[in-house]
Amino acid sequence: MEHSGEQHHPIRVYLVVWGLLFLLSTMSYLVDFFEVRPKELAWFLITAFALLKAGLIVSYFMHVRFERLSLVYAILLPPLLIVALAAFVMAEGGYVFDVRALFFGR
Amino acid sequence: MAQQTQSREDRSLALPRWLRDLVADWSSDQQTFKVNWGKAMMWIFVVSDTFVFGSFLSAYAAARLSATLPWPDPAKVFALHIGESEVPLLLIAIMTFVLISSSGTMAIAVKYGYERNRAKAALFLTLTALLGLTFVSMQAFEWTKLIHEGFRPWTNPIGAPQFGSSFFMITGFHGLHVTAGVIYLAIVASQVLRGAYEKIGYQRVEIAGLYWHFVDLVWVFIFAFFYLF
Repeated sequence: MEHSGEQHHPIRVYLVVWGLLFLLSTMSYLVDFFEVRPKELAWFLITAFALLKAGLIVSYFMHVRFERLSLVYAILLPPLLIVALAAFVMAEGGYVFDVRALFFGR
Repeated sequence: MAQQTQSREDRSLALPRWLRDLVADWSSDQQTFKVNWGKAMMWIFVVSDTFVFGSFLSAYAAARLSATLPWPDPAKVFALHIGESEVPLLLIAIMTFVLISSSGTMAIAVKYGYERNRAKAALFLTLTALLGLTFVSMQAFEWTKLIHEGFRPWTNPIGAPQFGSSFFMITGFHGLHVTAGVIYLAIVASQVLRGAYEKIGYQRVEIAGLYWHFVDLVWVFIFAFFYLF
């Protein structure tokens, strides 16, 4: 990285990423449009496409790929906690569903 | 001179040596991250905002999993009638492409800013803001349509009442971010045009870009997990 902290990249990089984002969005839309089954496969594909899109935006549009490692770690590690939170509350959600079904019927 | 100031501060703080070293390493983001302070601050905001939306989406997952009534199918709720046929999620797909395009124009605006091409940087910033405005308008249309169909944060005519609370909360908060971003970008664009960054450098365009790309990033996950799941 330059001393001034400026980011200089050829415009082609942004256009290619833009195109890839369009492609991935279209593909995830098509998964829903054609109702890909089993449902688990659709969920997997949609999640995979979303993560790829997120990776492209963060790496190239937000220039994280070109930043110092200390900054990259400070940005990318904390959000992993959200995965833990989601895992906990999803288990909780399933439990609440069971309790409701047990006490209130459907 | 600097040495003296430091030793006086050290005595007054009376920190143990290991803590003093730690503070010295982290007390200035210039030493740790080697980026300008504005960028470091925006990254701190973005990471904390990630937690806000992460919590919303986690809460949505919990609400959906615990709902005993069937969850309304987003493909049907957000379908548009084109002539005779019903196209699922058409408006949402268009909104996604609009927001992605605005991210593309934003990245190009940052590039032209650093190249000190003021006219083009301002042009692409304005374009980004206009695309953001288009997105918010379509979101407003979607809300109006759903409210007319009887969707409320506490109830709806076709299924689990939790659907409305998740939908209005998540898309509302995201729409608020887009609206704030449009205003932010308009201000930055006018400052670029005025030449306000000629002396201080064009980092502020990149910082505004970080915010805008983050808004796009959040939409990626809302689109995937709320609309497509």
